[in-house]
Amino acid sequence: METIQKKAEEGITSELALVQAAKKGDLEAFSELVKRYDRNVFRIAQHITHNEEDAQDVVQDAFLKAYQNLEQFQGNSKFYTWLVRIAVNEALMRLRKRRNDRTVSLDEDVETEEGSIPREVAGWAPNPEQLYGTSELGDILKKTIQGLSPGFRTVFVLRDVEGLSTEETAEMLNLSIPAVKSRLLRARLQLRDRLAKYFKSKRGGDGQR
Amino acid sequence: MKCTEFLKELTDYLDGRINENLRVELDEHLHWCHECHVVMNTTKKTIEIYRDNQIYELPEDLRNRLHQAIMSKCRKTKSEKTTSHE
Ligand SMILES: [Zn+2]
Repeated sequence: METIQKKAEEGITSELALVQAAKKGDLEAFSELVKRYDRNVFRIAQHITHNEEDAQDVVQDAFLKAYQNLEQFQGNSKFYTWLVRIAVNEALMRLRKRRNDRTVSLDEDVETEEGSIPREVAGWAPNPEQLYGTSELGDILKKTIQGLSPGFRTVFVLRDVEGLSTEETAEMLNLSIPAVKSRLLRARLQLRDRLAKYFKSKRGGDGQR
Repeated sequence: MKCTEFLKELTDYLDGRINENLRVELDEHLHWCHECHVVMNTTKKTIEIYRDNQIYELPEDLRNRLHQAIMSKCRKTKSEKTTSHE
């Protein structure tokens, strides 16, 4: 246990070594895994639930479930992939409860036409970069992504916010690769259309300035 | 190439996961089609803006509280497991 701790401090302990130690009952090793991924799980949970209380519960429940089911983790995929899968399911469950709607799923609204054809074709000016770091921008971004259906925003957050690959995202969400790709395209285009409301050039120019 | 065909490839194009021949065709379309050029640019900005502005950071004090709660629940699970084995 001491060696695990020491190596973890040096940041060189592999994920697999930590998982194996945790399986054998080393709580310190599991604590290290929590520290490694809690921020990511929180972000993903917030994006899906849009409720801070729910997101906190998701973080706790996802890690606890992972710990309780560690025996079932085969090591065929990354621990993180497996963990996010648990977290996404927990988050969707909270969302269902909150909305009192059992039909909330990753497949919701995928048939919508929105985003398949861009409506806004004006350029953006001034550049949104000018708002970087302001709370105004944070509010705009939150409000905008909240309008997307859970399936779209989940794919978007895993691929474009967390920077995971299409293949990893497909595995985490139990979707095919083409399904991830089409959701991602639609999510990106819907967000773009919605953000245009705030950022499009107001002078009717071409936005190239 | 039509705009709808361009749009279909937009995600792979932005991710840089596209073969050379198709890339040339897409670049050519962008060269003369102003609308697709704007859509491509603003979609790229959309991705960047969400990537660069993390809207849901976990505050450090909340993080510590959650960590403690998780570990104490795990400890409880562990001791329950051990007792049931005995
Ligand atoms: Zn076009």
